[in-house]
Amino acid sequence: MTAELPAPAPAVNPETQEFWAATAQGRLLLKRCLDCGSVIWYPRALCPDCASMRTEWFASAGRGRVYSYTLNHRGQGAYQGAEPYVLAYVELDEGPRMMTNIVGTDADGLAVGLPVEVVFHDTGEGSALPRFRPAAAN
Amino acid sequence: MSIRGKAFIAGAYEHPDRKIPDKSVAQVHAEVAVGALADAGLSLADVDGFFCSGDAPGFGPLSMADYLGLTRLRYVDSTETGGSSYVGHVGHAAAAIAAGKCRVALITLAGLPRSQPPARSGRPSGPESAFESPFGPTTPSMYALAARRHMHEYGTTSAQLAAVKVAASQHAQHNPNAMLRNPVTAEEVLDSPVISDPLHRLDCCVISDGGGALVVVAPEVAAGLSRPTVSVLGHGEAPKLADNGRIDLTYTGAVWSGPRAFAEAGVTPADVDYASIYDSFTITVLQTVEDLGFCEKGKGGAFVADGALLAPHGALPFNTDGGGLCNNHPTNRGGMTKVIEAVRQLRGEANAPVQVPDCEIALAHGNGGSLGTRSGAATLILGREDS
Repeated sequence: MTAELPAPAPAVNPETQEFWAATAQGRLLLKRCLDCGSVIWYPRALCPDCASMRTEWFASAGRGRVYSYTLNHRGQGAYQGAEPYVLAYVELDEGPRMMTNIVGTDADGLAVGLPVEVVFHDTGEGSALPRFRPAAAN
Repeated sequence: MSIRGKAFIAGAYEHPDRKIPDKSVAQVHAEVAVGALADAGLSLADVDGFFCSGDAPGFGPLSMADYLGLTRLRYVDSTETGGSSYVGHVGHAAAAIAAGKCRVALITLAGLPRSQPPARSGRPSGPESAFESPFGPTTPSMYALAARRHMHEYGTTSAQLAAVKVAASQHAQHNPNAMLRNPVTAEEVLDSPVISDPLHRLDCCVISDGGGALVVVAPEVAAGLSRPTVSVLGHGEAPKLADNGRIDLTYTGAVWSGPRAFAEAGVTPADVDYASIYDSFTITVLQTVEDLGFCEKGKGGAFVADGALLAPHGALPFNTDGGGLCNNHPTNRGGMTKVIEAVRQLRGEANAPVQVPDCEIALAHGNGGSLGTRSGAATLILGREDS
């Protein structure tokens, strides 16, 4: 059910350019606050925890667990005709919960808490969507 | 400063139609404005405060004020918190009236999503959009994420969610204007097509054309009107944010807006005779009744499955017009109709089989945006004019 999942390109701006350029190279970047140490999600120039404007990019290990998921049977826009597909929040090992899709499993393989790892789906526009699949056993 | 008892809802009007192919959005705003003012015994010439939200066509409040000929405005407010906007507007209007900024406030909502579906998104994208929209979130699917997590943490079931729809449908059968008037069973909810699991079609509100309006007035204006008015006792608001990657899908902003409204009104959940609870989806109601303190957190499923929401004699009679699930969810924004039905209950003008006896204190709660990302919450406590 995931082979033809569309990969619509995100709108990229100067604040997020580095994040999306990294996805095209298979890396998931996060922001960290240089003053309070918070991990920041979604990426932005400001730390919403302490209002610092001093932030840095760092690479996520790309692993986490499913926080919640749904098998959506009614897509819109680019997703029309791609149903059903899995919309989810994944809680990264670094802390943040990010919206994403789960791929590489059927509905029976899904569960809250499922360990997952990132994969990147090329948008064809210099970026890739960070999606997640069930983690390979260590 | 408290707004308690310093402003009164004097007029309320819900457009009777649910499909309006032959009118403009501005025209429906005008119809509900005139309807609510007529209900109050006032006219457009009396209005000196105007409140509208993102559904108003044109430039903020200016275009509709111009269309309506509101030449005496001293106060305008176009707060946009999605479907909760209009619940918040009542609080804002009461505060403006209490501060002497205006005396007759008009709040309008209208839209035609059923007859004239809007373009996919006319709204400029937010800073979060690139990190959400490419993954295909739809409104039902984001509420489905909330439902799934609530089920995971608290053991809530689809059958319990269905009880919300069953109660709404029981009420809607008495509303001649309701879009869906047939009572449904929990089995019918569970057998309806899955939209985004665990939510079925009958877990979702209707999409309807229409609108509604309210008139909020100063005490000295209310004193001169012949129709019963409703006292604004308390108001609370709270946006709930995605919170820097710490989003928690198991609760709503009602955990903050509710206590603020109750405190201002000087009442508790046990004092509430009737509640209009925002019902974009069944999960919205279930989480909100918990968050407002009508039952213990996590026990909303058992609470609603026990028949608590059924009027007139349940523990918490709710949405006696049939709510967004069955009656009306004009332009995908249910806050206006929530306040209107609370006004009907306090005036003793709800449909007879679902009128709560001796209804003295009512609550109206609005939710806006999405429980799956960021949402507005607004709570109003309203009282019979003698309360």
